[in-house]
Amino acid sequence: MEVIKAKNLAKTFGKLEAVKDVSFEVQPGEIFGFLGPNGAGKTTTINVLCTLLAPTKGEAIVNGFNIIKERDQVRSSIGLVFQDPTLDDYLTAEQNLRFHAYAYSVPKATLEPRMKELLEMVELWDRRKDKIDTYSGGMKRRLEIARGLLHHPKVLFLDEPTLGLDPQTRSRIWTHIKELRKRENLAIFMTTHYMDEAENCDRIAVIDYGAIVALDTPEKLKDDFGGDVVTIKTEDNDKAESLLKEQYQLQPNQENGMIRFTVQHGEEFLPGFVSSFPLRLLSIGLRRPTLEDVFLKLTGRAIREQEVDQMQQMFRRHQRMRGH
Amino acid sequence: MTKLFHSIQVISYREFLRFIQDRARMISSFSMPVLFLVIFGAGFGKLIGQMMPGVDYLQFMYPGILAMTVLMTSIMSGVSIVWDREFGFLKEVLVSPLNRSGILLGKAVGAAGIAIMQGLIMLAIAPIVGVSLSLGIVLGLIPLIIILSMSLSALGLLIGARMRSQQGFQLTMQLVIFPMMFLSGIFFPLSGVATWLEVLSKINPVTYAIDAIRQVFLGTQAAGVTIFGHTMAIWESALLVSAVGVVLLIAAIWSFNRQE
Repeated sequence: MEVIKAKNLAKTFGKLEAVKDVSFEVQPGEIFGFLGPNGAGKTTTINVLCTLLAPTKGEAIVNGFNIIKERDQVRSSIGLVFQDPTLDDYLTAEQNLRFHAYAYSVPKATLEPRMKELLEMVELWDRRKDKIDTYSGGMKRRLEIARGLLHHPKVLFLDEPTLGLDPQTRSRIWTHIKELRKRENLAIFMTTHYMDEAENCDRIAVIDYGAIVALDTPEKLKDDFGGDVVTIKTEDNDKAESLLKEQYQLQPNQENGMIRFTVQHGEEFLPGFVSSFPLRLLSIGLRRPTLEDVFLKLTGRAIREQEVDQMQQMFRRHQRMRGH
Repeated sequence: MTKLFHSIQVISYREFLRFIQDRARMISSFSMPVLFLVIFGAGFGKLIGQMMPGVDYLQFMYPGILAMTVLMTSIMSGVSIVWDREFGFLKEVLVSPLNRSGILLGKAVGAAGIAIMQGLIMLAIAPIVGVSLSLGIVLGLIPLIIILSMSLSALGLLIGARMRSQQGFQLTMQLVIFPMMFLSGIFFPLSGVATWLEVLSKINPVTYAIDAIRQVFLGTQAAGVTIFGHTMAIWESALLVSAVGVVLLIAAIWSFNRQE
């Protein structure tokens, strides 16, 4: 039986359609990823599934419970790690875990061994008596993962689990996540906007403007939507671009003085292309597709570009506030 | 029903745990009342003596300061729900299977419990600062402290239930706590003050609580608040403060449950 079954979920805030008609299923033991830029509706979807927000339309079943009618059962059966820490900074790690156990009515007999097991897994057993305000961002995230699992949930929701963490900590958190899946047959529903991280998922739903635009395994997505990426530089890029469009029926993109396009079976395409292309080629490159390319193909833009836009907006707003 | 009680237990347990853990908060909640007791006592001592002949200034001030401690602690603990929201902890509570009304009631019980503990500690230091107490007074005071702290933590929660920022916290301090404190007869007797001040004071429910506390302390020497020609007895004041508290608590639960 599916751990999560969402059918035509939608959530609107006033006029803003944050999530539009989203349907998907998550199997036990599966790592299921929501990949999309900030503001695509990932967190809203999590909030709806974990009963923090009521959907405007559609329905979802989590662990066999209806998210609208059986909120308490849904809540008891899921673990959650949010984007921002939700720990009590003034309490110790152990006190935070005990509070959680108390709130979720974890039996005393199972609590002690469970707490030890989880704290050892996330390598915080030695720091359990320390207050949270002495913890680093990565330690907090690891503790929250441990806390989210304390009551033996069947599915763990992770909202951008490695956001703002250094690469070392990120890979460590991934080690924990994979270990958990193996050990407890736990299903993991996660959101991310890191392409390399999405590669760790068994299946990915690419989400853009609140709607799922593709859903498959990372490999399949790359095969279907990627194609091999060819990058060339010529003596006249503008002319080359129109040539590629008209004579080769390709969809080239110009960026930083380079032209990029995707083709199927790049190795076979290149020799013929090099000998027949009328303009002088200054450089040429070929690589396998990444999820970034899939995303670009599906939405027409790169995730990174959008983030730069957001940063610029923030910067401008900041300047305006300071009276510039 | 058991779910509601469980939620109240869990949340109030955390409030106590946190209070015990947070030494700075414990110390700061004492230093101010003690400071007021010493400085205002020394400054206004003579004046009060003239206004209420036969009443020792310390005996007059002390019940007010006791009430002030309870007032500040309970309102602040109530409003502290803003910090829980700001630092994210509220989310952990809201996604747990705990009952929403229970969460708020648990906060109220926790806030009131902490205020009561502070009140009791203030009672314990009374003999040290030279205030005379009898067992009868202490027994009479405890229920009044409970009523006052429950009502005011409900007020704090009502303010904090939907508040989104810490700035609101500061504003509460200035626009709610200080006026309530100064318009309640903590520092001066309300007999013979300007009419506008008298009217405002009589709207303030804290006035009645302080008056009741003072009546327990000073017996017949305390005047009692007169409203529409009727002088409030201790039990009447207590009833009034409880009624206000119940209304505030219901409003706070309603407001908290409505948020998404």
